[in-house]
Amino acid sequence: MKKIIIVCLSSIVLSFTVNAQDADALVKKVKAKLEQVNDYVAEGKMKTDVAFIKAPVGRVKVYYQKPNKLKLVKEKGISILPKGGVSINSSSVLGLTNYTAIDAGEQVLNGTKVKVIKLLPLDEASDIVITTLYIDEGQLLIKKSATTTKENGSFEMEMYYGNYANLGLPDKMVFSFNVKDYKMPKGVTLDFDDDMKSEEKLKLKKKKGRVEFIYTNYIINKGIDAAIFKS
Amino acid sequence: MYNLFKLELYKIFKRPRTYLSFAAITALIVIIQIGLLKDGKEYISFVLADLGNSFEINGNLCNGYFVCFCILQLLLIHVPLLIALIAADMISGEANMGTLRLLLSKPITRTEFVLAKFAAASVYTLLLLIWVAILALFVSMAIFGTDDIFLVKNNYAVQIAKDDIFWRYIGAFFFAALAMLTVAALAFFLSQFAENSIGPIVATMSIIIVFTIFSTMSIPIFNKIKPYMFTTHMVAWKEFFDVKVNADNESIVGTIQRPDKIINSALILIAHIVGFVGISVYSLKKKDILS
Repeated sequence: MKKIIIVCLSSIVLSFTVNAQDADALVKKVKAKLEQVNDYVAEGKMKTDVAFIKAPVGRVKVYYQKPNKLKLVKEKGISILPKGGVSINSSSVLGLTNYTAIDAGEQVLNGTKVKVIKLLPLDEASDIVITTLYIDEGQLLIKKSATTTKENGSFEMEMYYGNYANLGLPDKMVFSFNVKDYKMPKGVTLDFDDDMKSEEKLKLKKKKGRVEFIYTNYIINKGIDAAIFKS
Repeated sequence: MYNLFKLELYKIFKRPRTYLSFAAITALIVIIQIGLLKDGKEYISFVLADLGNSFEINGNLCNGYFVCFCILQLLLIHVPLLIALIAADMISGEANMGTLRLLLSKPITRTEFVLAKFAAASVYTLLLLIWVAILALFVSMAIFGTDDIFLVKNNYAVQIAKDDIFWRYIGAFFFAALAMLTVAALAFFLSQFAENSIGPIVATMSIIIVFTIFSTMSIPIFNKIKPYMFTTHMVAWKEFFDVKVNADNESIVGTIQRPDKIINSALILIAHIVGFVGISVYSLKKKDILS
């Protein structure tokens, strides 16, 4: 009986270890794919969808340089992005270096079977508490990520691939985050004529905000002036 | 009538107090511009305090369009006083100097007399507003540059693209002209009931202050009478700076969220102008001129 229990426990521990190794190996493979890209400049459109912000669609340029330099420039106008948590490329999702990867099974996401992997940072000072990756194992692409942070709340990223899938660069990226209620005092806005209907006000209480990036063009591995990241 | 109109214009622009109004406007706008030039970022941080906790808002937020909006918000409350200074003096000033009877002895009808005087007061009002536009909009654009405008309202914030703003200011200034002409008409109307200009000036400002307090206080009993007060409609120029959104919550370029509100308020203000001037004509026709 004792032997049976020992064998069972050993097999459970072994399966977890094997799964952890598989998960780690998969994350490393995805990382390796992304590391083909040393730098890029992506051009596209940015759509901000927060219930209480009326904003036009703007044209943006995203500059990236390995390992973690990232700069978003709106070609003209004002840009509105959620504070702290915007990780607008796949590399930044895999920015953790000291982590434990846990295999959390499989799921079907938008009709594609994906592997769910949870990344737990080992560094206690890390702002990230946990990141869940939904990886298309066949194409080695991150389809979705969900991150919980200590200071900047929780956010999700969904990526849709097309022409640059071979390098792990998405054509479209949707960044979702939680938003707090918005209410400005009339003394600040000097807007004393508040005739908004209560159902209209209720619509503005939507708790999820989204920023959508639709990339039309990538310039990859052509080098980027370091000054861009300083400005 | 045209000669009387020219004469009235001459009289208005001969008085030093007329230029005091232009000087006061210049001083107020320049002070606001200097303040925002020095500490615009701090002001923006204060205005965006609530949003700033959750969002990073980057770009030239303190640009000429934003500065002009701030100036108009502050100034369109005070400009009525400067308009009342002239409009409330149009008939009472003549009565005070004893020239009203003399003027009415000329070969013009009393209707023409009232209309010529009001037309002259309107020209002064419009010139004052054009001066505000030059300083607040064009000078601010030159000093602070142009960019998108980001405005915070009580329940939401609005970003309007740079290329979609200028025509809104043209609309807003036209609307402001209607609002200021309403004040001029009120002051003009009151001016015929006094023998000196102090009374109508103070009465005009008192009415505007009391009505503005009613308009700004969100107390249910006041809310019922708000739609009937012209001060409620005077601020409808702000509606030019709100846009419609589509199903994806994207701003639709070239739209106004509540055009009906602008039209309704404009019609109410026009009705006030016609009403005040009409009653002025009627009452002056009936008046026994003794001064």
